[in-house]
Amino acid sequence: MTAPLATPKKKNPVQRTRLATLPPGARSRSALGLTRAAAEGRFELQVCADCATVQYPPREVCGHCLSEQLDWQTVDNHGELIATTTLRHSNDLYFRERLPWRVGTVKMAAGPVVVAHVHEDCAASGTVRLTLKLDRSGQAVLHALPEQDTPNMNDAAQLRESTCDPKHRRVLVTDGKSAMGIAVARAMLDAGAAAVFLGDPTPWKTVAAYDTLIEDERVQPVDLDVTDTDSVDRLAASIGGKVDLLVNTASYLRGNPGEGGILGRKDVILARDAMEVNVLGLMRLAQAFGPGMRFRAADGTNHAVAWVNILSIHALAPLPARGAWSASMAAALSAALTLRAELAGTGVRVVNIFPGPIDEEWEQLTPPPKLSPAAVAKAIIHALKDGVEDVYVGDIAEEIRARLRENHKAVERELGQ
Amino acid sequence: MSARPRLGYDGVVVNLPVTIPYARYSTHSAHWWLGRALGELIRGSGLAKRDVDGVCVSSFTLGPDTAVGLMQHLGMSPRWLDHIPMGGASGVVALRRAARAVQAGDAEVIACIAGDTNQVDSFRNTVSQFSRFAQDAVYPYGAGGPNASFALLTDYYMQHYGATREDFGKLCVAQRDNALKNPHALMKKPLTLAQYLAARSITDPIHLFDCVMPCAGAEGYLVMTEDRARALKLPFTRIRSTIERHNAFPEDPIQFRGGWAMDKDDLYAHAGTGPEEIDFLETYDDYPVINMMQFEDLGFCAKGEAATFVREHSFTLDGSFPFNTSGGQLSVGQAGAAGGYLGFVQAVRQLTGTAGATQLAKARLGMVSGFGMINYDRGLCSGAAILERGQV
Ligand SMILES: [Zn+2]
Repeated sequence: MTAPLATPKKKNPVQRTRLATLPPGARSRSALGLTRAAAEGRFELQVCADCATVQYPPREVCGHCLSEQLDWQTVDNHGELIATTTLRHSNDLYFRERLPWRVGTVKMAAGPVVVAHVHEDCAASGTVRLTLKLDRSGQAVLHALPEQDTPNMNDAAQLRESTCDPKHRRVLVTDGKSAMGIAVARAMLDAGAAAVFLGDPTPWKTVAAYDTLIEDERVQPVDLDVTDTDSVDRLAASIGGKVDLLVNTASYLRGNPGEGGILGRKDVILARDAMEVNVLGLMRLAQAFGPGMRFRAADGTNHAVAWVNILSIHALAPLPARGAWSASMAAALSAALTLRAELAGTGVRVVNIFPGPIDEEWEQLTPPPKLSPAAVAKAIIHALKDGVEDVYVGDIAEEIRARLRENHKAVERELGQ
Repeated sequence: MSARPRLGYDGVVVNLPVTIPYARYSTHSAHWWLGRALGELIRGSGLAKRDVDGVCVSSFTLGPDTAVGLMQHLGMSPRWLDHIPMGGASGVVALRRAARAVQAGDAEVIACIAGDTNQVDSFRNTVSQFSRFAQDAVYPYGAGGPNASFALLTDYYMQHYGATREDFGKLCVAQRDNALKNPHALMKKPLTLAQYLAARSITDPIHLFDCVMPCAGAEGYLVMTEDRARALKLPFTRIRSTIERHNAFPEDPIQFRGGWAMDKDDLYAHAGTGPEEIDFLETYDDYPVINMMQFEDLGFCAKGEAATFVREHSFTLDGSFPFNTSGGQLSVGQAGAAGGYLGFVQAVRQLTGTAGATQLAKARLGMVSGFGMINYDRGLCSGAAILERGQV
């Protein structure tokens, strides 16, 4: 059974920081279908529409009947582990630094035979569960896990390479005074984070929940106003080398629905304020904290691992009643995708959260269902532990996501009503 | 099996086995190694360069060139050219292609050559870019290369058929004994079973002496009519039968047998002989487990009984079942695609009486088998040939 992950030792400041290497990231275009599924935590393989043969490795045409109608579908993820090996040698720098490494051959109940990373808690043979997870190169890989969860299984070194588990990590929550920031900080502490740097954008304002949180010795209040470059830079100079996980909870949403469109106003003040926080704030944070995280992407068991953006499902499809804010969310998503591309070479994962409406003061008049900040925080922890990178939280977000896939024009027309 | 009878290989022969001595690393390109092999064949045959009107090439490191580019590089103008990218099956498959071309009159004399260079990074490059399935579904899983793939099927074979490391070790030790008589072998020191068992693990259950050493080198032979061989006074080998198969048994969950198991009856029937008549066997031996499968799938013992077979024989040059008489890749080295020719060229040596210190006392009928291309989880190409000493 996996031993619980030991508390990382205090870093020796004169020791060289190990730089990040990545596992092999080259894939065929078809194989990126696995990556699409893994990014959202689904288990999908190609299934032939004509003969129902499940394919693996990904193909262009069915290996059985030669049909080109191969659809990505959820399939039974169970199989028998029929052979295993432990690598004590590798041709690749990334794996060389992480040996020994266990892999195995799994005969899936769905048909195909796959080579997978094998969890240390799997017996040498028997039934295993396969999951698709992103590795540090951002590509999907198969992990064979024990059929039932085992204690501390997320602490296994191989699995931790595909996840961003907060355990023993230090987290910056950029706006700790918002309901979302407080919920995220609490969830991080519950998930075993070693420290939470809790950003305070408004030192003049008293928030009882914030004051309660900072009584915890693991929580360190820090001044941080994402609209102020000096403030962001000052904080990065102070703690930039210690941030393993960054959750950007700084968010700007004002006005009641209907007051936030474009034609209903005679100015762009609301739009500019939203951009200032939601887009430029993200960029300021990225420029200040990105380099430090990139440098520490392989620095021990608590290396820098993920950057979480709390966006909105309306980054993908605007809500005209909040048109200016929706535009800022779309811009923030675009910036987040650039950041993802820029951090891809280091293995630091950019995780984008797309919730539906959140139950907070500026959504007072929005009809339910609304998400509690705690529900969003929980989804973030799951995403980090499971190793996914795009999370649609709540019924509304999931529905809009599904409808966008189905017919994006219908979504445009219907959201406008 | 087809109902139509296969033609024999009457009147077509193989001769002039050549080896360009292997080197662990080489600063030369594949062209240098292949060019030297062709040069040896032409000089050794006494033919003019233009008389070699067919060429068959195998190489992993010739890129970006193909056999076509190589012809301009070497100043050849063949009327028949083939490029066989089948790794360890290349030697046998090249023979099959060349023999039929000579028989049909499409070419008179065909030079079959295989060679690769080995620069410090070339093995890693070959492995990481070997195939699309490997890139998508094997290499990201630890990048263990062929060691990892063979470790998995060795693990399965050991679990199911009870073979032990001692059994694999016995084959490796016997091959090393044979190699000590082969001046081309890169491994020059004796190997004991104790050393084999004590070696470090590379990828469980594969240990150091289960792995071949990648190196640079080239091998070659000529295919021509028997009449031409007699006119040139070159000792020759007849072709009794051949087989090849690709992607055999795709339904097997993991490789525990190769394509030989599908075709061995055809192989023996076409040759009009049986396994008991074979004087020696040269297999493709990138890992010892694949030797075991060849003993079984080529009919020398039943499926699952190779371990017992190993315990019953000695496999040395003077022993009860002469096997990989050059020392095989495990002791000579694996010169890329030339590894797929090593056993073939050695068999032609045995059958033309030119095997030097490794010459067997009795070598009338020999079998060569090839195996190659771990495209995903298993070797896809298999082939075998039964060759017979010709009477000059
Ligand atoms: Zn089909």
